Amino acid sequence: MSRHYTQEHEWIEVEGDTAPITATVGITDYAQGQLGDITFVELPAPGASLTKGGSASVVDSVKAASDVYSPVGGTVSENNPALEDRPELVNSDAEGEGWLWRMTLADTSELAGLMDEAAYRAFVESL
Amino acid sequence: MSDQTNTDSHDDDVPETEGLPLDAWHRARGGRMVEFAGYWMPVQYEGIIAEHHWTRSHAGLFDVSHMGQLEVSGEGVEAALEAVLPIDLATLKPGRQRYSLLLDEDGGVLDDLMLANAADHYYMVVNGATKWDDIAHLREHLPDAITLTLLDEAALLALQGPEAAQALERLGLVPVNEAGPTVGEMTFMDSGQFLWGDVALQVSRSGYTGEDGYEISVPADHAVALADALCAQPEVKPIGLGARDSLRLEAGLPLYGHDLSPETGPVEAGLAFAINKRRRATVETGGGGFPGAEQVLGQLAGGAPRKRVGLLLEGRMAAREGAIVMLGDQQVGMVTSGGFSPSLERPIAMAYIASKVADVPTLTIDVRGKRLAATVVPLPFVPHRYHRKGAIG
Repeated sequence: MSRHYTQEHEWIEVEGDTAPITATVGITDYAQGQLGDITFVELPAPGASLTKGGSASVVDSVKAASDVYSPVGGTVSENNPALEDRPELVNSDAEGEGWLWRMTLADTSELAGLMDEAAYRAFVESL
Repeated sequence: MSDQTNTDSHDDDVPETEGLPLDAWHRARGGRMVEFAGYWMPVQYEGIIAEHHWTRSHAGLFDVSHMGQLEVSGEGVEAALEAVLPIDLATLKPGRQRYSLLLDEDGGVLDDLMLANAADHYYMVVNGATKWDDIAHLREHLPDAITLTLLDEAALLALQGPEAAQALERLGLVPVNEAGPTVGEMTFMDSGQFLWGDVALQVSRSGYTGEDGYEISVPADHAVALADALCAQPEVKPIGLGARDSLRLEAGLPLYGHDLSPETGPVEAGLAFAINKRRRATVETGGGGFPGAEQVLGQLAGGAPRKRVGLLLEGRMAAREGAIVMLGDQQVGMVTSGGFSPSLERPIAMAYIASKVADVPTLTIDVRGKRLAATVVPLPFVPHRYHRKGAIG
């Protein structure tokens, strides 16, 4: 299991190392803090095809709507059913219970170039 | 992740973002500072929803020092102001304030503002983003005998909420006019000068949240002391711009640059009350005589083709500025402000829609390819709780 981060403040946790490789995606704790109170999350439907860097989800806060980009390409297998009634889970536990969707990766080589946790923390510090 | 808000590019001639008198005060209290109207302003402290609820149940302190505070005086100042505003100053007594509009020659709204009769001058508060254009417009249209002074050494604080009066009363402000009301005795839209110790304040009982409250002009070098004194009261917490926006949206109050612009007129904006009675009469009977009077009076008589309405959305997805309002497959309007209402716990929006569909109970709003059902409702979404003269309590 390994967790990777994007410069757009998404995290992706990759499970297993034999095909099909699956992963869970969410936004980082830093991102939820920047967004403020989250009031609605529009999630990709199971079966949806995502491309690396493409808009996959929209997080509505009191302030604004923000796109969430898929860290890698693949197919959505599940989205977080708890967020329908409790979108605030993304605020309280962005990198745990507030996950957004699970997906099957199309090409694991797309993980190259994402940051590990230490690199992401350093990146956030630099902002 | 990225914000969907449109960001205008200003590649050339970018003025430097300025700090306001309370800049360090906000930062020390954990305010998250953002650029707004050319200034660094706190968008939130502990969180917009918590700050919103605090203001509706206690009292919130807002720094609105970005707004333009002006003094207008001189021989013939009433006639001069009436030539640029659709106001009747004969009915605006000393110690009273009124909402008015700066209109262009076509009756479009250049700005909305508050004007107070301060006995030997008029005190005007205009929007921060428009203040320089307003000054240019006023200077162009006011006679040379009229003095227009920007109070750029004054901060402006708003104390808003049902507990605002009890908190402010504890500061012991003394009315400069001995016959004038104390802050507790003031009613909605009273405005007067007070002494806080030896510091002169201009205080009005008004605001932009729909709650009872005050707006307090204070010399910049005393702003920190006043903000500290107010926040030392148990009812008061500092509140950011984010909650200011959600509060005013619930209160149905238009925001200039979003719900009002030169493309909107007072009648369609639902602001016909700002065209005072005497100014509504025909030119032959002493009415009109303000910029855009012909268009505005025409719409007062015959109605406007569209109107500003409230929309209550189904579900939890918010519709924001620019979202298209539909009736079936037909575009009938556009959202000008929208977001999640913390008080109603659902999304709400203000929109301009064609007058002919204003009675249609359910419209749809196009948001990212989805059609959200929306009900047309009267404004405000959350009832105003102003401290009106003669009201009980």
